[in-house]
Amino acid sequence: MSAYWPSLFGGMLLGVSASVLLLLNGRVAGVSGIFGGLLNGRRILPNIAFLLGLLAGPPLYALEFGAMPGITITASLPLILVSGLLVGVGTRMGSGCTSGHGIVGLARLSKRSFAATATFLAMGVTTATLIGLLS
Amino acid sequence: MNPLLRTVVALCSGVLFGFGLWLSGMVDPARVLGFLEVASGDWDPSLLFVLGGAVSVTLVGVIVQRRLSAPVLEADFHLPEGGRIDRRLLLGSALFGIGWGLAGFCPGPAISALSTGLAPVVLFVAAMAVGMLVHDRLIAPALRHPTQRPRAGQHGLQSR
Repeated sequence: MSAYWPSLFGGMLLGVSASVLLLLNGRVAGVSGIFGGLLNGRRILPNIAFLLGLLAGPPLYALEFGAMPGITITASLPLILVSGLLVGVGTRMGSGCTSGHGIVGLARLSKRSFAATATFLAMGVTTATLIGLLS
Repeated sequence: MNPLLRTVVALCSGVLFGFGLWLSGMVDPARVLGFLEVASGDWDPSLLFVLGGAVSVTLVGVIVQRRLSAPVLEADFHLPEGGRIDRRLLLGSALFGIGWGLAGFCPGPAISALSTGLAPVVLFVAAMAVGMLVHDRLIAPALRHPTQRPRAGQHGLQSR
């Protein structure tokens, strides 16, 4: 259990972040919506501010814990390219991603977000599991 | 004054989000794939704790929000109104899920990981941006052919 405390606390911080944006600015903390909105030139300042804040995560983590956390990327570059394209098209077509549907949508008890989250979790599990079995 | 304050709030919210993502371990695609790969023999349930923590705290935020007539710094809430579970929602979410399972990146962690400067992260975010623009500029307009156009006064075409 103790191994999962950082995950739980980290998750709770995501909830604090989403609540702050909801209660003060009246907006959904959905990263694909914010990034997509910026790409389409909408609400440029607050969207850039949120994304710059996101970028500040690793440097802040380094300040707190002394070093940048390591990340491991196993996918090949062509796979990364395909993955990025699918995530881009899919999150815009489906109006949200893990944050907008998975966190805020579920907390708002949105039927659409429950359907979206169940769908992307099922497809994510299927895809990753198949790749794991084939490689 | 409020536009400036809203931008400051967005920055703070982003910082909290980024820090939470890193603390939770979800910026690391290997951890995400450790959850998604259920047959690996070494399944990592971390993502469930992240999601559980995030949703339960946001639920409190939503309970407070429902008692407010307006957000603190805006005239109105800008929230999706719900609507039907349609093909676009399901197809889009399915495509996103496949992309997520291929490399273990979703939009938040990938953008946050840009600050590591790693080439695969930059490639992912660039491809994601292209995918979003392709959807918004080409796919969405093509899907909006006359038979599917919402009847007048329905879906939000009249909004702003």
